[in-house]
Amino acid sequence: MKKYIVSRVGYMIFTFLLIATFTFFLMQTLPGSPFNDERLTEVQKQVLYERYGLNEPMAIQYVKYLGNIVKGDFGVSFQFDGRAVTSIIGERIGVSAVLGAQSLIVGTVLGLFLGIIAALRHNTFIDYGAMIIAVLGLSIPNFVLAGLLQYWIGVRLQWLPVAFWDGFAYSILPTIALSAFVVATMARFMRTEMLDVLGNEYITTARAKGISELKVVLKHGLRNAMIPIITILGPLTVALMTGTLVVEKIFSVPGLGEQFVKSILTNDYPVIMGVTLFYSFLFILVILIVDLLYGVIDPRIRLAGGGQREGK
Amino acid sequence: MKVNEAEFTDDLFEEAGQQFKEKKKSGRPSSSFWRDSWIRLRKNNGAFIGLILIIAMILLAIFGPMMNSYGFDDQDLTRANLPPKVPVLENIPFLGMNGVDIRGMDQYEAKGVTDYYWFGTDELGRDLWTRIWQGTRISLYIAFLAATLDLIIGVAYGSISAYYGGRVDNVMQRIIEVLMGVPNLIVVILLILVLKPGIVSITLAMVITGWVNMARIVRGQVLKLKGQEFVLASRTLGAKDQRLIWGHLIPNSLGPIIITTMFTIPTAIFTEAFLSFIGLGLQPPIASLGTIVNDGFKMLRIYPHMLLFSSVIISLIMISFNLLGDGLRDSFDPKMKK
Repeated sequence: MKKYIVSRVGYMIFTFLLIATFTFFLMQTLPGSPFNDERLTEVQKQVLYERYGLNEPMAIQYVKYLGNIVKGDFGVSFQFDGRAVTSIIGERIGVSAVLGAQSLIVGTVLGLFLGIIAALRHNTFIDYGAMIIAVLGLSIPNFVLAGLLQYWIGVRLQWLPVAFWDGFAYSILPTIALSAFVVATMARFMRTEMLDVLGNEYITTARAKGISELKVVLKHGLRNAMIPIITILGPLTVALMTGTLVVEKIFSVPGLGEQFVKSILTNDYPVIMGVTLFYSFLFILVILIVDLLYGVIDPRIRLAGGGQREGK
Repeated sequence: MKVNEAEFTDDLFEEAGQQFKEKKKSGRPSSSFWRDSWIRLRKNNGAFIGLILIIAMILLAIFGPMMNSYGFDDQDLTRANLPPKVPVLENIPFLGMNGVDIRGMDQYEAKGVTDYYWFGTDELGRDLWTRIWQGTRISLYIAFLAATLDLIIGVAYGSISAYYGGRVDNVMQRIIEVLMGVPNLIVVILLILVLKPGIVSITLAMVITGWVNMARIVRGQVLKLKGQEFVLASRTLGAKDQRLIWGHLIPNSLGPIIITTMFTIPTAIFTEAFLSFIGLGLQPPIASLGTIVNDGFKMLRIYPHMLLFSSVIISLIMISFNLLGDGLRDSFDPKMKK
């Protein structure tokens, strides 16, 4: 197990380094400069380049850049007059985290509920209804859903605020738009797992012992069906992260995603690089945690799967 | 004991009769894997609806722009921001197809336009029907191109990795493992920033990380198949590696390959639309469904029809590909069906 963790962490560091390098060199080849302003003279441009270290050889810039990342310094923004990228991320991540966590929790609870109901009422219209909801949730793009919600509930019915971030009511529509995908994924996954588990002999044994149906489903069924759910947490986190880019833009939520989109439009390279690295780091970390958790929660995997993975 | 061959004369043998050569007759026509799958697919209502919708969308994407006389980038400010108006349907008030906007004003009358614009027009007076189907064409084109490239690279990579095994497999799997850890969309975003948005660059950016999934699935299939007897038999008969891979292993993995492709297409359509949304989409005059949806947002409050039609169509495409993909998975492998 220890060897497994070490090799996983090694992979994680290597992948992150690769992304950092990739990001750096891509940014070097980017067309356009943030100082492409006709009002600036050559001398002023030189001063600006010097100040941001843009006139040094690429190799030196690269080494400095990697060194700074290790120190947790992503440079300063071009647009916000020398503000550190880290402080921009720090200021904006809170809102995104609240939105993401809210969507994950709401989506998971609803999705699990739908999935369990569908499995228990297998091949009835409840099952079909739940699966239709799931297919819709998987298929309808989040920006379409966000747009429709904004128009119908925000503009036409005026039940909820259309945009900005000022309290719980403002977070409802973005949360619905973001969690649809989570609900759909969870519901489908949970239904399959639950059907699998309920077909097992130990469920028949539990029923034969005369335990109430509720207890059979919750204690024997649900607990075992929940284990593989962890594996889809990784993809879900990624979907939520990319979802926040779009949903925050549509609802003008002052989160990290909205900032990222803005930075792309204004060629603010340090912010783009910083946020990209930050997202990648989160992503890699989530995958690592998911893999390790899986082994911890289900000892069968640690014994069978863990060993196999080491040898793979 | 040595036997003289001359001792075996013909009269020592007698004919066995015809009964061994006769084919066993059965009342049913023989069936193949594909035939069985097709029968199962036809029984699956959702998948069949998906299939029909996809065919309809493809036909409309091809012929839709030709169905009226407006070009997809013909601008005419005298007919800007018109709501949809369709002959016959205009007489049914609640459909909203009568040229009356959300404030209850007949824009066609106000602007003195006598033509019909089935999906309305945008802020530059371009006909949305033509634009949307033209956009669908571009979106589908990008999706099919990306799926084909994913298919080629993924199948080649996966089958080589699994077939040769050993060190080759080891190295190739390490590469995949690193690529799996990289968030796809971030790589796509970064690449588009550099390459400038265009049909080719968007497709390439998606393929760079997109093929990994296909490669893993093909590898799994080939690993499972290559130890089976029919492969050994073929090898014993002298089949070369190439023939084994292309003649036996890949044809027997076609089911999972088709299913994976079916799910790649909606993902590619979504990714392309997502890119337009964060300002990295196709540049005018080319338009895709994504850019049209994005344009629709600008006028959402006053002219919702611009967003409505494009988003309904993109959602329909996604839904039908997902339905068909699910249906194919069930029909190729009925054991998987729940």
